[in-house]
Amino acid sequence: MSATVRDRAEVALPPVARVYRSRAAVELKEFFRQRESVVFTLVFPVMMLVVFGAVLDYDLGAGVTFTQYFMAGIIAAGIVGASLQNMAISIATERSDGTLKHLSGTPMPKSAYFVGKVVQVLAVTVLIAAILLAVGVFAYGIDLPSGSDWFTFVWVAVLGAAACTLLGIAVSSLAKNGRSASAMVTPIALVLQFISGVFFQFSQVPAWMQTIASLFPLKWMAQGLRSVFLPDVLAAEEPAGTWELGRVALVLGLWCVAGLVLCVLTFRWQDRGTD
Amino acid sequence: MTRTSAAAEVRGGPQPPAPLDPAAAISVRGLVKRYGDFTAVDGLDLDIRRGEIFALLGPNGAGKTTTVEICEGFRGRDAGEVRVLGVDPAQATRRWKAQLGIVLQSGAGDSQLTCRELLRAQASYYPDPRDPDEVLELVGLTEKAGARGRSLSGGQRRRLDVALGIVGRPALLFLDEPTTGFDPEARRQFWSLIRSLRDLGTTMLLTTHYLDEAEALADRVGVIARGRLVEVAVPSALGGRGAAPAMVTWTEDGVRRTEATPTPTAFVQQLAARFPGEVPDLAVARPTLEDVYLQMIGHEPGEGAQA
Repeated sequence: MSATVRDRAEVALPPVARVYRSRAAVELKEFFRQRESVVFTLVFPVMMLVVFGAVLDYDLGAGVTFTQYFMAGIIAAGIVGASLQNMAISIATERSDGTLKHLSGTPMPKSAYFVGKVVQVLAVTVLIAAILLAVGVFAYGIDLPSGSDWFTFVWVAVLGAAACTLLGIAVSSLAKNGRSASAMVTPIALVLQFISGVFFQFSQVPAWMQTIASLFPLKWMAQGLRSVFLPDVLAAEEPAGTWELGRVALVLGLWCVAGLVLCVLTFRWQDRGTD
Repeated sequence: MTRTSAAAEVRGGPQPPAPLDPAAAISVRGLVKRYGDFTAVDGLDLDIRRGEIFALLGPNGAGKTTTVEICEGFRGRDAGEVRVLGVDPAQATRRWKAQLGIVLQSGAGDSQLTCRELLRAQASYYPDPRDPDEVLELVGLTEKAGARGRSLSGGQRRRLDVALGIVGRPALLFLDEPTTGFDPEARRQFWSLIRSLRDLGTTMLLTTHYLDEAEALADRVGVIARGRLVEVAVPSALGGRGAAPAMVTWTEDGVRRTEATPTPTAFVQQLAARFPGEVPDLAVARPTLEDVYLQMIGHEPGEGAQA
């Protein structure tokens, strides 16, 4: 008996890359089969774009409509939904219902859990951006970015999604379960959307609210994406009079570092009360 | 045979602890776990042999789940030594975890995946997994292979938990109250599943509230009360049950009478000689597993017997 057990212990663990693929498939199925998460994360921003595009179609000057301005903001908000809100709620749910504890009792490498989550966020982010762009172009005649603007689009989206994913993972540890995570992050995300230049022009937001918004990633993601969707003349409307792409990268990068530190310090595989 | 700390106290003062048993599947010495002021596990010793089914019995709050979860590597400990398959669970490695199967009391969580998808994912973490479809067959969920985890009934879900626990082909399987919420038919099916796993050489540590379950499945039973293991025995000998005096009751002169005797056969013969025909209301009984269990955990027989 002990000999067979020892022999079995000699059998090599499965290659990590295979476990990563397996976890990625699990996370994609979990997301896309759950109606609430699909509606909340994918359908809601599209509805916002449809409604705002139809109602607030005024001219900002330089021949640019508010819908063109809103495009940058709603993509930024969509990314926050796909990353921060999605991670905070799904991980809090999986912690409270025992999924995380179950996984930590298996030989799955812990990194595989996070790789699966990152693949999920990437897939949802790409999808939400593509759907919003498609609706914008076909329904509201949005001008697509051109040339090097695409490069800016990609790095702002990726850096923003990374910062928000890490923050979402960190925030999940503060909540008791998925419902309390949702109650915690949804209002915060909504308020940030109002003061970060998503639903209104950022220049119309009171200065003190601008200051608060500047502490969080959403404002910088929206600003970075505005540089992609708006002509450079409109940079004059920004608080600094330029797009401040260097500062966008810096703030989002700092949030990545802070989010990572918070994750490492707070992540738990089990509910509180057991150790 | 197994030296419990309670027994050591009876003999007067603590004895030097026996060394850990390196050949055992699980070996625990002097385990202590506190939550604030509450001592959940208080100097527990335990040895589980390879290949056996060991049932841990005890009331809620006695320390069963805490002990099991320390062995599984989920919880830390405040004192004592623990070896599970020769490894200290506090130093768990992936290779060690690959030899365990764990069925948690709380189950494996909700999922949008189907039973088959869940088992395939689980199998992908292990070096030498069982075939997911064979495992579904083994737990009787073949018809539910394409059903999503969250659509299953309570009993089906618990069988899915067991399936997830055994798909990695564990040498040691932990089952924490696996049949809670089962109907009697489902429990019988589950018992035969556990027996077939034993025939495949799997060692099992089972916690349960059901005495009949322990009696039906376990090679040995340990009773845990107030954080200590108060006795370990084969089910038929628990609490000195096999050698306990029999209770003979009958009615004589209109009065119900009871006599405890180590030799019930001889006693009944004498009794028969005193009556012309049948002894009125004659009954001979030995303590049930429930009687000795309730006595051990500090209840009187008849009090809270449904627990």
